[in-house]
Amino acid sequence: MDRPMNADTDSQNVGSRFLSPAGQVLQRLPAFAQDPAALAPLYRAMVLTRAFDTRAMALQRTGKLGTFASSLGQEAIGVGVASAMLFNDVLLPYYRDHGAQLLRGVTMVEILLYWGGDERGNDFSAARRDFPLCVPIASQVCHALGVAYAMKLRRERRVAVCLLGDGATSKGDFYESMNMAGAWRVPLLLLINNNQWAISAPRSAQSAARTLAQKALAAGFEGIQVDGNDVIAVRAAVQNALDTLRGGGGPALIEAMTYRLGDHTTADDATRYRAAEEVSRQWQFEPIARLRNYLVNTGAWGKERDEHLQRECAEQIDRAVDAYLATPPPAPAAMFDHLYAALPAALAPQRDSALRFASPEDKRDG
Amino acid sequence: MAELNLVEAVNAALAYELAHDACVVLLGEDIGVNGGVFRATLGLQARFGAERVLDTPLAETAIAGAAIGMAAEGLKPVAEIQFTGFIYPALDQIVNHASRLRHRTRGRLTCPMVLRSPYGAGIHAPEHHSESPEALFAHVPGLRMVIPSSPSRAYGLLLAAIRDPDPVIFFEPTRLYRLFRQEVDDNGAALPLDACFVVREGGDMTFVSWGAMLRETLDAADILAGEGVTADVIDVATLKPLDMATILESVAKTGRCVIVHEAARSGGFGAEIAAGLVEHGLSSLLAPVQRVTGYDVVVPLARLEYQYLPSVERILAAARAALEFK
Repeated sequence: MDRPMNADTDSQNVGSRFLSPAGQVLQRLPAFAQDPAALAPLYRAMVLTRAFDTRAMALQRTGKLGTFASSLGQEAIGVGVASAMLFNDVLLPYYRDHGAQLLRGVTMVEILLYWGGDERGNDFSAARRDFPLCVPIASQVCHALGVAYAMKLRRERRVAVCLLGDGATSKGDFYESMNMAGAWRVPLLLLINNNQWAISAPRSAQSAARTLAQKALAAGFEGIQVDGNDVIAVRAAVQNALDTLRGGGGPALIEAMTYRLGDHTTADDATRYRAAEEVSRQWQFEPIARLRNYLVNTGAWGKERDEHLQRECAEQIDRAVDAYLATPPPAPAAMFDHLYAALPAALAPQRDSALRFASPEDKRDG
Repeated sequence: MAELNLVEAVNAALAYELAHDACVVLLGEDIGVNGGVFRATLGLQARFGAERVLDTPLAETAIAGAAIGMAAEGLKPVAEIQFTGFIYPALDQIVNHASRLRHRTRGRLTCPMVLRSPYGAGIHAPEHHSESPEALFAHVPGLRMVIPSSPSRAYGLLLAAIRDPDPVIFFEPTRLYRLFRQEVDDNGAALPLDACFVVREGGDMTFVSWGAMLRETLDAADILAGEGVTADVIDVATLKPLDMATILESVAKTGRCVIVHEAARSGGFGAEIAAGLVEHGLSSLLAPVQRVTGYDVVVPLARLEYQYLPSVERILAAARAALEFK
């Protein structure tokens, strides 16, 4: 079978990078990364994201969660981005960004509720201005443009950060919004998670553009590539971009080079369209082992601490899963009660009907 | 009180709300320096600044989507789509996001935006400038679909739309933009949304219409009045959510109903009203509900557009069929 192959995220120019896959320092580290101990929170956040991912997959496989999109191998992006943001910035994520959401203060229970089919999961208890994840590809880029414009109009030093995948850069929403963001010079960071695959379409089939970052040039601003498997590189690039945006510099675009080690979602089977050798080769570049190698080399981390962290994450996830599973479904009236600020008279009879036919014994949903 | 035509009334409402609410921003193609291709936003950029009256690049998806982002972040954007023929790239944003942002976040984020668009046939416009896709939007849960039929209605309904906490699609009938003037008190008074307006009362039958077709409908009612037949004439104004109670109340009195709209017939919004009459008012109906609509064809170019649009004669024929039914 003639399968399109993606370039190794290591063999090509992957943009700015501080750590080699083996955890060797390649260039002078940015200020925030000078003290290895200060990197432990980033490491912890990536480990937690992966542990959460693994548990969510297990919940889905045992019928306790709906379709789920794993971020396996892409943890450095969510963590690198969100750790560089300020609380009152606005994150506009796509559907593979629970790593970033967790750092923003979205709770695991909320994330599980959403993927488990309950809109209350989008009513974030923290991060109240953040958007919920976006399913229609690239449509969130338009919203991010508007959010950023509102910030600019009010002369705030806040920024909008929009996450999107490589496939999203083929959409009109992306081009239209990026172009408008350039024309309006709004404080918007577009961060492309280039994980090489848009379901079954490889990066090579997605665009003939040499890089996705270069698409920003057509909109009148700079796009850069970073090694998306190096959390230090991601965070440094995002930090730098956000500083520029807060100072009034126009939009920015970062293409983070990574690899989707898992299926597109739990409803996908990637063995249908990509070679196992490609995936196994990419494992050597993944972000968590890379940072752990560095931390271990510096003496800031060890086996015992790692085991402790794994246990701690598992316990945190256990508690969230318990709380999620113990949450009863929303009342049927919730279908109506949040559609408009006030229930229109025309909807009242339908709401009454829904209540009349609602039954707590209704087991059609399993 | 000033005598305004409909497009001037739209302009007055926009100006009033820009002056009284710092959160209101306008965005759209050619709305700033040029004042809009129909001049609905004439002079507003000069008065309120280019930051609040934004000339956008030519990109309808991003116009609608940016308005959603602005609204969620606390502004009250009023976006203009230059003609409804160009509204379809915005449909994804409206259907997938604007209509459901409140619902899917349980009210944490909301979308108080207005999408204005000139619509309808009858001004000899080029291709793709004459359609009436209101039923598309009226089908979408979470939206309001509003259409004014006169300058005063345009002024009051647009103010209400801007102040409404949820997304409103606001279609302005191009045929009425400069057709007639009306006294409009520029006092910032909004009209109620979600309510039909009974513009004329009578006992023998009920006309239901909206937008520009209300003119022909009223002309038909005038002719019937000369024959001693009196009719309720209802301006639906807000199609979604529909004030069916007002229509049912009228038909309970008259027993005969003619619905008039210029959009194509199949799946047009008249069908929803007719179904509501059958469901909830069958016992009061003395005749089959009549629909006078555009045909199920592509809106023709200028030379045939008045063959397409419901005429006074077609409305009268339907009214007589309803009146004569035994």
